[in-house]
Formats: sequence, C-alpha cells, structure tokens
Amino acid sequence: MTASRFWQISIWILVLALAIAAPWAFYNYHTGRQSGFVISMLSQMGMMSILALSYNMLLGQAGLFSLCHATFFGIGGYATIHFLNMASAGSLPLPMELIPLLSGLSGLGLAIVLGYIATKQRATAFAMITLGIGELMVTSALMFQHFFGGEGGVNTNRMIGRSLFGLTYAQGIQVYYLILAWTLLSALAMFFLTMTPLGRMANASRDNFERVQFVGYDPRMVRFFQFALSGLFAGIGGGLYAITYEIVTFDALAAPLSANALLMAYIGGSASFGGPILGAVLITLLQSGVSLMSNSWLVYVGVLFISMVIFAPSGIMGLVTAHGPIVRGGQLGRLAVPYIRVLVPGILMVAGFVGLVELTSFLTIGAAQGKSLVLFGNKIDVHATLPWLSAAVCLLGGGFWLRLEARSFRRVWEGLMQGLKPQRSVA
Amino acid sequence: MEIVLVSLFNGLVYGMLLFMLASGLTLIFSMMGVLNFAHASIYMIGAYLAFTVSRFVGFFPALIIAPLLCALIGAAIEVWGLRRVHHNGHIAELLFTFGLVFIVQRSVQMIWGMLPMAYRVPPSLDFSLFTIYGANFPAYRGFMLLVSVGMLVATWLLLKKTRIGLVIQAALTHPQMASALGHNVPRVFTIVFAGGCLLAGLAGVIGGNYQTTEPGMAESMGPIVFVVVVFGGLGSLAGCFVASILMGLIMTFAVVINTSMLDLLRPLGITVTGDNLFTEILTVPVARIGALLPFAMMIIILSFRPRGLMGTRDT
Repeated sequence: MTASRFWQISIWILVLALAIAAPWAFYNYHTGRQSGFVISMLSQMGMMSILALSYNMLLGQAGLFSLCHATFFGIGGYATIHFLNMASAGSLPLPMELIPLLSGLSGLGLAIVLGYIATKQRATAFAMITLGIGELMVTSALMFQHFFGGEGGVNTNRMIGRSLFGLTYAQGIQVYYLILAWTLLSALAMFFLTMTPLGRMANASRDNFERVQFVGYDPRMVRFFQFALSGLFAGIGGGLYAITYEIVTFDALAAPLSANALLMAYIGGSASFGGPILGAVLITLLQSGVSLMSNSWLVYVGVLFISMVIFAPSGIMGLVTAHGPIVRGGQLGRLAVPYIRVLVPGILMVAGFVGLVELTSFLTIGAAQGKSLVLFGNKIDVHATLPWLSAAVCLLGGGFWLRLEARSFRRVWEGLMQGLKPQRSVA
Repeated sequence: MEIVLVSLFNGLVYGMLLFMLASGLTLIFSMMGVLNFAHASIYMIGAYLAFTVSRFVGFFPALIIAPLLCALIGAAIEVWGLRRVHHNGHIAELLFTFGLVFIVQRSVQMIWGMLPMAYRVPPSLDFSLFTIYGANFPAYRGFMLLVSVGMLVATWLLLKKTRIGLVIQAALTHPQMASALGHNVPRVFTIVFAGGCLLAGLAGVIGGNYQTTEPGMAESMGPIVFVVVVFGGLGSLAGCFVASILMGLIMTFAVVINTSMLDLLRPLGITVTGDNLFTEILTVPVARIGALLPFAMMIIILSFRPRGLMGTRDT
C-alpha cells in the first residue's frame, strides 16, 4: 500500500516538474524567449484542467450530469475583467496573484443561487434544469450590455501594476506560472475535498442516494454543497482565462465549453481524481494540434467519446489502472505480444476511418476553402476511386481483424487476471 | 387584431412542428428513460436527406423515403449503440446520445458542406391559401398542419387501436411487467426508437423548407424540443401536445410584443432614469427575452413539479 502511495506521489511530482519545465523545452535562442504558441497552449491546459476537475466534482464524484458548468467558468471570467478594470482604476487595491480568488468567489456566489434551484432534483431532471440554466445565461449574456458587453464581450488590461512578487505580467510566461500555481492550489484543494465527509457523502449519494437518506444525510444538501464548491473552482478557472486572454465573450459561458468540460472529464476518466487532468491535456492537444491539420476534429473527438462510453466507461485513467494488478504481479511482459497483435489491426482500422473522414471532408469543406488533400507530399485526388476504396478496405478489414484479435486478447487478459487472484488473496 | 390572428396561425404551425419532434422524443424518453440528445440531429438528417432525395424523385416521394431512412438510422443507433451502454445506467445512455450530436453535426457538414441548402417549398404548394387582413397565408403552412394532424391521428390510432400499440403503452408505464408477461421489450424499444426517429425525420422533411436547412438547425431546435418534452410531462402524449402548442404560441407571440417591465410599472407612477444594469433589466422588451421564456418555464416547472404538466411520473 505504501509502495503504491509512493508511486502516486512521485507521478504527481513528475507531472508538476514537467509542467514547470515545459515552456523552457521550447525556448527560442534566436529571439531569446519561449514559443508563444506553446505558452498559450500550456496556459489553456492549466485552466482547462481546473474546469475539468471541477466538473468531475459533479460527474464523477456526485454522479450529477451538469450541462451548465461553463456558466460558472464564464461568470468568473466576466467578473475578473471587471475586477481588473477596477484594479487599474485604483478602486480595488489587490495584487494580481489574489484576483483569481475573487473570480472563484463570484463563481461560488452564482453557483449558490443557481444551485439552490438545480439541486432540488437529481439525475435527468437535474441535467435538464442545468441545460435550461445554461441557455438562460447565454441569452442573458447577449442581452445585457452593462455586465456582459453583448456580443463583443468585455476586455481589460492585465498590467494592473500591483503584484506580491513585483511581476508585471507583460509576458506570457509569467501568466503561465500564475496559472500553474493556481491550478496546483485548486487541484490540491479539490483532492483534499474528496477526503472530507462531504466528498465521501457525495460518492455515497452517487451510488445509492436512498441509503444516504436512511443514514440520516440530506442528499440534496450534499448535492448543493458539491455544486456550489465546483462553481467556486470553475470560477477560478474562468478568472485565469480572463487574465490570459484579457477579453471574455459569451463563448466563455456557452454550451460548447460545458460540453468540452464533460468530454475532458469523461475521456480522461471520471472515476479517478487525476483523469480529468489527463483529459484536459489530451483534448487541448487535440484541439490545438489536430484542428490545425483537419477540419473534422470534432468527429474524431465525438467518435473517441462514444467509443469510451461503450467500451471503457472509466476513461483512459480507468484503462491504465486496470493494469495495476498485472503490474504488481510482474506479468506485464506477457501482455506485450497480445498488445502488438491488437495494435496492428487497430491502427489499420483507425487509418481507414481517418482516410474516409478526410476524403469526405475535402470533398465539401476543403473544396469550399480551396484546399486539397496532401499525404506524404503527394496530392490526392478526392474524386478518384482508389483512395476511397483503400480507405474502406482498411476500415472494414481492420475492423474484422480487430474483432478476432480482441477475442484472443480478452482470453489472455482473463487468464492473467485469473492467475493473479490467488496471489492477491494471500497477500 | 390582425397581428393576433397571424401570430395565432404561425404559432399553431410552429407548435405542430414542435409536436412532431417532441412526440417521438417523449415516447422514447418515457419508455427507455433516455433523453435522446440526438433527436434534433435526426430532424436535421431528415431535412438534408429530403433535400437530396427530392432532387432525384421530387418532394412527395421524399416525404416518405427520407423519414424511412431516418427510422433505419434510429434502429441502427438503438441496436448497436444504446443497447450496449444500457447496462451502464442512464447517465451513460445520456452521454452516448450526447456524443452522437457532435458526430452528426460534423458529418452533415462534411457531406453537405457548411452553407445552407437550397431546399425549397415544392412549386405545387407554393401559392397563397387565403389572406387575412391583407397578410398571405401560404398553402405550405396549411400542408404542414395537414401532415402533422395526419401524423397525430395515425400515431393515436396506432397506440390505441392496435396490438403493438397496446404493448407499447404497457411498456411505457410498466416496462418490467410487460417484460414479465413475455413481450420482447428490447424489440419494442427498437421499434419505438425507430418510430421516434421516423417522426423526427418527417418533421425534418416538412420543417427543412419551412425554416432553413443548414448545419445549425439541430442546435437551434434541440433545446426547445427538450423543454417541450419535460414541460409536457413524462409518459403523456397529451401533455406533450399541449406543451408543444403552448410553446409555439408563446414563442411567436413573444416576438411581436414590444412592452417591457417598465411599461407595466409606468401606470403606477414609477419611472427610472440613468443607465445601469438595473434599468437595463427593466427596459428590455418582451420581444428580446422571447428566447428566454421556454427555458425559464422549464426550470420553474422542473423545480416545483418534476412530473411536468400532465406527466404520470417524475422525470
């Protein structure tokens, strides 16, 4: 037990060290500073991690499917813009480092008000109420000019000239470390929350809310506190968003961002604490990497998400932790060959699928943008039969092959698990 | 007066369109407990398919072919998708249909492009049926009303007068009991899901040229349909009908009312001056908050009466 705790902590420290070092890996010696693209991507990862973690306080820990999580992210962002403007005007004597705390409090405030209504219900009714709240907030943001600034949004200048460490926050790298610090603080706070009685009762009301009532807790209060606190952290994330981009529009509280929070938390793994961080990093990478290359990255994310829902409901983190007993039993090596045998048809199938999607997309959207499909330096004619045929063959052939291999993989997996069982019971 | 009459007709047409979408969704929702997020996506597919099919064989064959294709898509989704995630609980099913929305959204853009389609009202229906106070009432709206009423009657007959309808009704209220009596409830699920998608597809065919056939149409229709279903109540087609018509009327009437809260306060001798958030809330006209009303109504009804208007059990 202590050994696994040791490994967990070292992985966390490794991740933190990577996050601190990452900007310097892309240091440009000619211009004497870090790559701007990398910095903004890393910053995005930081705030999305907070968003996904706080969303998982609802989805993973309390079993609540919320569709308005971006509302609190957005409100944190809008409020922060106004706080920063007040700070520049001199009416808010607060250093930059503490501004996100105020953003979090604005998120908390709104979450208390809206959570009072939403947490009256659970399950599907809760999801529907949050859907309504989300739509209400987006429409209000477009309607009320004073606070939300309408379609143009509100903007600010983050150089308020007041800092605990004498920083100006003129460069992206300083903002990145501010984001990293707040991400670390929020993640730690959320981690400790899972160990408090509230976190435990949230899990209990997720698994069996009737039993929670028998034990003497009010599941509604559990939902309410969990909802309000997740609003607090989402607000902090929104504050960091406002500080980074210096402009907040209704995109920051619209439904696509709520959906993104859900995708990140679920794909990463809502059953484990670290899963949403993994999901946030992965989705941000996909968003900023794949969306540059392909028009259809949403299809890939959607297919990935649906495959996760069907085949791996515990997310990527769940897949990784499922290997735990095998690693501890020292049997991981015996999975190497089966893995390769699954991977080959898997890659074939994915390649076929990507090929078909890209061919279709270049037929319409690509043609409208005047682009053409280029693969390994060769231009591919999307109207010819050969590319379509080969992609379809890859997809179908790979699919059938994968089904066969998956069956034998499952046999090996179950055999290993069976073999490990007696050992575990002895230990 | 003329505004009231014209809005009444338009609201009725829009409400019937909503009902066609919502009736399928409410059947699916009541029976399987799955709020199908992708329902409006099927509506969009229906409109696009109708456009493509009608280019080859004309509008009226497309009116039949496109909904049938949608039913096939629906059956495929149920058999290969929903049934697999069923054992993981309702949240997993909800998430599954949620993921479908992205895929359909983007696939439609990939296949048909980003621009609106030139899907128009067929020439044989493109004339003015009658005029009220100088405003034309297009024959196509009359046709839409006709189709939706026909569908309403057909669905009602199917549910009330046939044996499969009886089984569906039984499975609607007491799925376990229907299963215990030896009915193949999963197959009934597939039929209901396919039937719901058929209705959504039909709504797409006649709604696609009434509104515009473009990639954003699912996004704009989806939330409203949810509101209707939740507002009308679980397991109640009658509630769904009332809610659809009500929403249709509210949304068309709200657009033409130009009063604000301040106008109501004025007879009391209250006036506000200045330019801040508070005066902004007071002076916003109803026409601009029309889009807010359905959601506000849904939130209110869900928090105080979770079974909806005429529902038989809680959401």
